[in-house]
Amino acid sequence: MGNTNSITINDNIFTFSSDDTILNVAQRNNIDIPSLCHLKNTKPTGTCDICVVEIQGSPDLVNACATQASAGMKVYTESLKVINSRKNTIKSMLYSGNHNCAIRDFDADDWTEFQLKVIKDDKTDDLCPVWGDCELQNLAYKYQVSIKHEPLSECKYDMERVNPFIIRDFSRCILCGRCVKACREIQVNNAIDFGYADGDTKIIAGNDVALKDSDCVFCGECVQACPVGALVTEKTFTKQRYTTLGKVRTTCSYCGVGCQMDVFTQNNKIVEIKGADDELAPNNSSLCVKGRFGFDFVASPERLTTPLIRKNGTLKEATWDEAIELVASKLTSIKNEFGSDSLGVLTSARITNEENYIAQKFTRAVLKTNNIDHCARL
Amino acid sequence: MTNTIADVEQADTIIVIGSNTTENHPVLSSFVKRAALKGTTLIVIDPRKITLTKHANKWLRQEPGSDIALINAIMHVIIKEDLHDKDFIADRTENFKEFCKTIEKYTPEYASKIAKIKVEDIIETARLYAKAEKGAILYCMGITQHTTGTDNVKSLANLAMLCGNLGIEGGGVNPLRGQNNVQGACDMGGLPNVFTAYQSVGDDNARATYEQNWNITDLSFKPGIPVTEMINMAAKGEIKSLYIIGENPLVSDPDLNHAEKAFKNLDFLIVQDIFLTETAQIADVVLPAHCFAEKDGTFSNTERRVQRVRKAVEAPGDSKADWEILCGISSRMGYEMNYENSEEIFTELAQVTPSYKGINWGRIEKIGIHWPCPDINHPGTPILHTKAFTRGKGLFHAIDHAPPKEMPDKEYPFILTTGRLLYHYHTGTMTMKTEGLNTLAKECFVEISKNDAKKLKCKDGAKVNIASRRGEITANLQVSSKAFDGTVFIPFHFSKAAANRLTNAELDPTAKIPEFKVCAVKITSCE
Repeated sequence: MGNTNSITINDNIFTFSSDDTILNVAQRNNIDIPSLCHLKNTKPTGTCDICVVEIQGSPDLVNACATQASAGMKVYTESLKVINSRKNTIKSMLYSGNHNCAIRDFDADDWTEFQLKVIKDDKTDDLCPVWGDCELQNLAYKYQVSIKHEPLSECKYDMERVNPFIIRDFSRCILCGRCVKACREIQVNNAIDFGYADGDTKIIAGNDVALKDSDCVFCGECVQACPVGALVTEKTFTKQRYTTLGKVRTTCSYCGVGCQMDVFTQNNKIVEIKGADDELAPNNSSLCVKGRFGFDFVASPERLTTPLIRKNGTLKEATWDEAIELVASKLTSIKNEFGSDSLGVLTSARITNEENYIAQKFTRAVLKTNNIDHCARL
Repeated sequence: MTNTIADVEQADTIIVIGSNTTENHPVLSSFVKRAALKGTTLIVIDPRKITLTKHANKWLRQEPGSDIALINAIMHVIIKEDLHDKDFIADRTENFKEFCKTIEKYTPEYASKIAKIKVEDIIETARLYAKAEKGAILYCMGITQHTTGTDNVKSLANLAMLCGNLGIEGGGVNPLRGQNNVQGACDMGGLPNVFTAYQSVGDDNARATYEQNWNITDLSFKPGIPVTEMINMAAKGEIKSLYIIGENPLVSDPDLNHAEKAFKNLDFLIVQDIFLTETAQIADVVLPAHCFAEKDGTFSNTERRVQRVRKAVEAPGDSKADWEILCGISSRMGYEMNYENSEEIFTELAQVTPSYKGINWGRIEKIGIHWPCPDINHPGTPILHTKAFTRGKGLFHAIDHAPPKEMPDKEYPFILTTGRLLYHYHTGTMTMKTEGLNTLAKECFVEISKNDAKKLKCKDGAKVNIASRRGEITANLQVSSKAFDGTVFIPFHFSKAAANRLTNAELDPTAKIPEFKVCAVKITSCE
């Protein structure tokens, strides 16, 4: 193959197509170029400067997310120059805000003071809520960046916790803009954007109002896109950090779109729901407010836990044996007295295919009627 | 859907009619909004100025119940301007000539009077759709919940055939299914007239297959009764017992006052659910079931994709999976039904369901498959009707406009249309357990235009009484730019002010779907 459509990355040759960026080619070939602002399926912004790479013969580093691959290009993704640049970028991000996790040097004499300040801001006595699940933290660890003896920076903007689902912590925001991309280019709800300028830059909703007073529909796409702890859910704060987290891939139980999602559990309780892979149909990791946040019903104390039988006008707890015996004998006697077509079954658009199949089998084979339907019309 | 969800982004023009997509199918709506952002022409046709209109190139506001007149007029313009797909019509369809005779009288001027849409908007919409290489139509219950629901759908199919927009990527006639597994419940024969995969109960071969597979005789060939008619028969004492699974008709049924009487008239009511719903409260026996997070199985989504559901947590107390409960009752009644697990049931159903025959759980472990999937090597069918229609040639139906069964008059001057909100789901049994969702959508309201509120001399938030010929409720007014003069909207989720006390139980003669989208109401101030 000629070099008209090939590019060299870290001394290996790869092919590319005309609209590929360096980042696309690298990702496709499992070469890790870190990025904090790039969000799949959106236009690159090149704001975070983490994805810089060196191109042979070029004096300046370039952003891999915003640079088109071109024929014969020789790219180095982890050269000394690249690493030093990334270290400086990471360091400057860590200066700003309440990044209270292992990347802040615990031995430094200002740690206690810093932690006390953050605890006051967070109203919790823990570390950053995404500690251990933070892209900035991962990068700081990878490139061995830690900060100590740095002056405590004060965030100009207070944490927003006035809506029921999403916490906006501006002190931990690195202004990468992924949330804006998620809101404007993925879900197209156009609720948030960059606001103000220079040192005052802030991600604002509407004319800088609370999310609940803006066009926000709480789909949480921004939370899932946020690489740090700037956007977290209310439940993230209450999740027990040291209890094993279960993860199960399943299908959402609300509308007919059938979004694929990952359900995270702790102590037999759902604690969080996230959209599945960004390349998995039908939803490519997007969810809506109901799918992402509307799971409290599962562990509701109002759930039915035992069969109930009406006795003297009120429903009383019963055993399965009693309930099944009553249902079976009543259905049999009505069938015998009034005929099969005096019975009807309403199966459900909420239960599984397997269960619907069993419901119609029961109706047709046992009750001997075709009086089965469900709420498709309602 | 004839096409897939992802396919929506491939269209050049999208018509969304009778679907409040951003609230009822939020994630699917993002595909529509992204398409519009990238340059696809988006036309929204809806009686309310729904959020999606903000992303649209055109919003056509039709009078509720005037869809056939409007669609016929769009087709009239397409034929008159010679924009129809003659090759597609000749090769793939029949009855075009008869159909044209009916369309003849639906001039834009004529339809304009019925639908109250400007003539030039009808003409422009016709051109935008017909000139698009790939035109997609999305619709929902704004189309189906009318006494002319079936004809409304047929009219949309006519429009798509007229422009050759079926069987192609980025085209199609796409109903958006409202509930997670409403597609699957239909596929699985949860309907009175068909077995799985829509095999008629009157078909001798189908019955023979089932009798053999189920090891029984005497399957009934007589079609059963649809849910909406079962209620009337219960009221008359002809249905003696109902077994209701995962459904709350005492909030979701039309004309609730009537439905309540019907349910109370039953000899024996069984309700199987996860909560003590309004319906369960009047049952004779309540059977506690598992919810989606507590069991394994499959759901089939709106694009006919069969997808896995997996157990994430243990179910509370003594509750059981719906299939286990049914098997227990069946066995007690003398017909043994024993399955190790849900997968074993799937294996059985695939054998008697031609469109699911090639699917097994192993194949859909990572990603679901679109039915029809007739054999194990078949990749599934993302787009339907690419070569032929189910019946062979696509049939043009000649359809005339018919008004809704109840129109406003002096006594009941407003049209009421009902629907859903983003933050709640159906009768709220599940969503109302999440406090945050209740905070964002606390209670029922009546959405009304500024002019109408002024006429009533009521302010935003005023408490009002809304009455129809069938019942009345009390709710607060919500003055909104979404509302159009003369038409009010009430979400039906809230049992305390159940919109279905007002709705009309008149049915579409074929689909037996109630006319939830149009009835006449009056509004009086409570203050």
